[in-house]
Amino acid sequence: MGNASGTGAPGRGSIYESLLKRGLSRRDFLSFCSVMAATLALPASLTPRIAEALEKKEKPVLVWLEFQDCAGNTESLLRATKPTVGSLVLDVLDVEYHETIMAAAGHQAEKSLYDVVKNKKGKYIAVVEGSIPVKDGGVYCCIGGRSAIDIVKEVCSNAMVTIAAGTCAAYGGLPAAAPNPTGAIGVKDAVPGITVVNLPACPMNVENLTATVVHFLTFGTLPPLDNLGRPLFAYGKRIHDNCERRAHFDAGQFVRQWGDEGHRQGWCLYEMGCKGPETFQNCPRIRWNEGVNWPVGAGHGCVGCAEPAFWDKMTPFYKRLPKVPGFGVEKTADKVGAGLAAVTGAAIVAHGIGRVLSGGRKEKEEE
Amino acid sequence: MRAVENALNITIPDNARIIRNLITGIQYVQDHVIHFYHLHALDWVDIVSALKADPARTSQLAQSISDWHNSSTAYFKSVKDRLKAFVESGQIGPFSNAYWGHKAYKLPPEANLMAVAHYLEALDWQRDVIKIHATLGAKNPHLQTYLVGGMAVPIDPNSQNALNADSIAFISGLAKKALEFVQKVYIPDLLAVASFYKDWAAYGAGVGNYLAYGVFEQDTRSNTENLYFPRGIILNKDLSKVHPVDHKKITEYVTHSWYEYPDGDDKARHPWDGVTNYKYTGPKPPYKFLDTDKKYSWLKAPRYEDRPMEVGPLARMLVAYASGHKRVQEVVQYVLKKLNVGPAVLFSTLGRTAARGIETLVTAEMLPVWLDELAANMKKGDYRIHNNERWDPSTWPREAQGYGFHEAPRGALGHWVKIKDGKIDNYQIVVPSTWNGSPRDAKGQRGPYEAALIGTPVEDPEQPVEILRTVHSFDPCMACAVHVVDADGNEVTRIKIV
Repeated sequence: MGNASGTGAPGRGSIYESLLKRGLSRRDFLSFCSVMAATLALPASLTPRIAEALEKKEKPVLVWLEFQDCAGNTESLLRATKPTVGSLVLDVLDVEYHETIMAAAGHQAEKSLYDVVKNKKGKYIAVVEGSIPVKDGGVYCCIGGRSAIDIVKEVCSNAMVTIAAGTCAAYGGLPAAAPNPTGAIGVKDAVPGITVVNLPACPMNVENLTATVVHFLTFGTLPPLDNLGRPLFAYGKRIHDNCERRAHFDAGQFVRQWGDEGHRQGWCLYEMGCKGPETFQNCPRIRWNEGVNWPVGAGHGCVGCAEPAFWDKMTPFYKRLPKVPGFGVEKTADKVGAGLAAVTGAAIVAHGIGRVLSGGRKEKEEE
Repeated sequence: MRAVENALNITIPDNARIIRNLITGIQYVQDHVIHFYHLHALDWVDIVSALKADPARTSQLAQSISDWHNSSTAYFKSVKDRLKAFVESGQIGPFSNAYWGHKAYKLPPEANLMAVAHYLEALDWQRDVIKIHATLGAKNPHLQTYLVGGMAVPIDPNSQNALNADSIAFISGLAKKALEFVQKVYIPDLLAVASFYKDWAAYGAGVGNYLAYGVFEQDTRSNTENLYFPRGIILNKDLSKVHPVDHKKITEYVTHSWYEYPDGDDKARHPWDGVTNYKYTGPKPPYKFLDTDKKYSWLKAPRYEDRPMEVGPLARMLVAYASGHKRVQEVVQYVLKKLNVGPAVLFSTLGRTAARGIETLVTAEMLPVWLDELAANMKKGDYRIHNNERWDPSTWPREAQGYGFHEAPRGALGHWVKIKDGKIDNYQIVVPSTWNGSPRDAKGQRGPYEAALIGTPVEDPEQPVEILRTVHSFDPCMACAVHVVDADGNEVTRIKIV
């Protein structure tokens, strides 16, 4: 079996070796790497670099915590296609703790978690799903008699990196909706000072999780993030600016009633309350379920599920946004929010490949 | 959504009814298969024992129970080799620290290897067949095309931006793939595994009362009783009579729940008058035990005419069976005959797990039927997907109230709404896992999980895989009841030791 980058035999316990053992060919492996490059918006010429990284690395240990959640992000994990969930959970990652999919329960399960925290200190990835309630001493979410806030502090402060999967873990999400009875917050607020990548959306699109992990394995750094902690490759652009129905918005062709002629012809859903003009996410580009569809594609407006406090700020879902001006892509971004506008600018620059490779530079310098 | 449609007296178009049936139908099929292989099978299947399997004999076993194409010696050898490499790597991820080698595992190595192979196949299959949700619901998880009054997915055979012949063909292909896997993999595996665990027909019965709201509407009336899986109640395991369901007889207690009612916690309330004032009185974390004589759960205790009820696939299948549903009766008889047992075994952990498979098969068979209904409407030129009459809140009465019944995969789901001045005045949801995971009520009656665990033999209290079998057989809602499951586990171990 050849080695594309000529750096010698694949590392023992590497992802590549693991894929080989499962009967995947070299061709399958490179195809996986090129898909990763595409998801990360990197040029195809970088595929060998990704391949090289995956050939060397041991499977990273990952623990997945669930707090005030509906398991929607776990379900999303099960829909992973690039690579498939089987490959992701068995070959790419060493998922030592995940309440929903692990075979063990109770004390045995908790032992798996704390073995990782103890023995792999600073070397594991923590994924958090669901918000953390901090009101009244954290009594509103306890697992095995321990409060969520207690667990998240211990597990995430000892992790190499923490990924907040979904809007609840990132910003509090649904449990934090007014009046936020349990004092629900996101991971970054619960454990200040640690490195957190936010992958909001309800649920997160699993392809963005995979791409983030592969980026980390390939470059040893996190992908560039915006000021809300979101990777630019996935959240650097508004839904509205990548929308397949944008031409109808610009032409003033709007759906006015569910099932009307415009609805059947795929016109713009702005009048039906679409929040695409205020939402940063790559749904129009990568879509869902192996690219089959996405909300606007199906005929329903975006509800803004990847934005902080969307339950409060994006409702009523069916009332149109005020004042979204006509033509142009970046022209209206400042009206969406000054902070976000600056980030959108940074996104374009940050995607220059040399800068991504250098990884450590701050976005400010790139601007 | 159904509760609001009921409150505002909205009749949905026929196409919306059919699309909802298709979405719910494939959800049952996909969810039940995931439950069986990925959330329940490892309570019965020892993956480490699979390493001792002979691939040739595994192939013989597989071919003796099904004509599924992946059944050669070479295929099972490749699965075994992959499993071996995986286990030897020392990084076994989600299979770490489990109960491998426990005496309660009864399958021969070949059956274990076959199940592991299908665990992996089901992982790929489930993410493919659920693309029906992407087509009709925009995305999965968390579909986004449901509207009060219908669906937001347009139909037009002459548009590329609407459901058209292409979409029907795409869904049809996935529906076939779904049915084939259920017929050739899930059901044969279920029967093969069950045949080694017939003793589990004696455990896990629970409360013996079963409630099904029924599902798969056959006309568009709000909360119609014209359902493919019928509505009804079975009391005290008596299959000779199916009782009607009246939503007014549903109430919730908070006697042992961390809530308080304005006129006392020992009096139950109907959901329209439901109150959700939370008041935690449990121990300060970290704690080891909850005192079940006091309040000990975040779940309220729903009761029907003051009785605890089990909900879920077993309840639906028992109500269908007892109501004379022909296809359900045929499949139940087939399963009982194959296992060489009588209908009494249905009231058990094993029966609950079998009922889920029976329901999956009967539901998967209906997907093409509903798809044909949709195609027939399209052919007639009926493209309606939404009733707009009440879309604008200014058309609503000043006050209204309604309720909506649904059957989630894991059981009966009811929503109750009161609307005032165009806004929600009260909204109460009684979900399947509050029925099944219910704490005790004012009379001290246990809910189904608690009742089902009484008498469950536990070989080793430190490795209570038997507890998992019964609790998992209910398909507990991981998100809201896992902590309760932990509490129940502790409680039962204590009872057992005492």
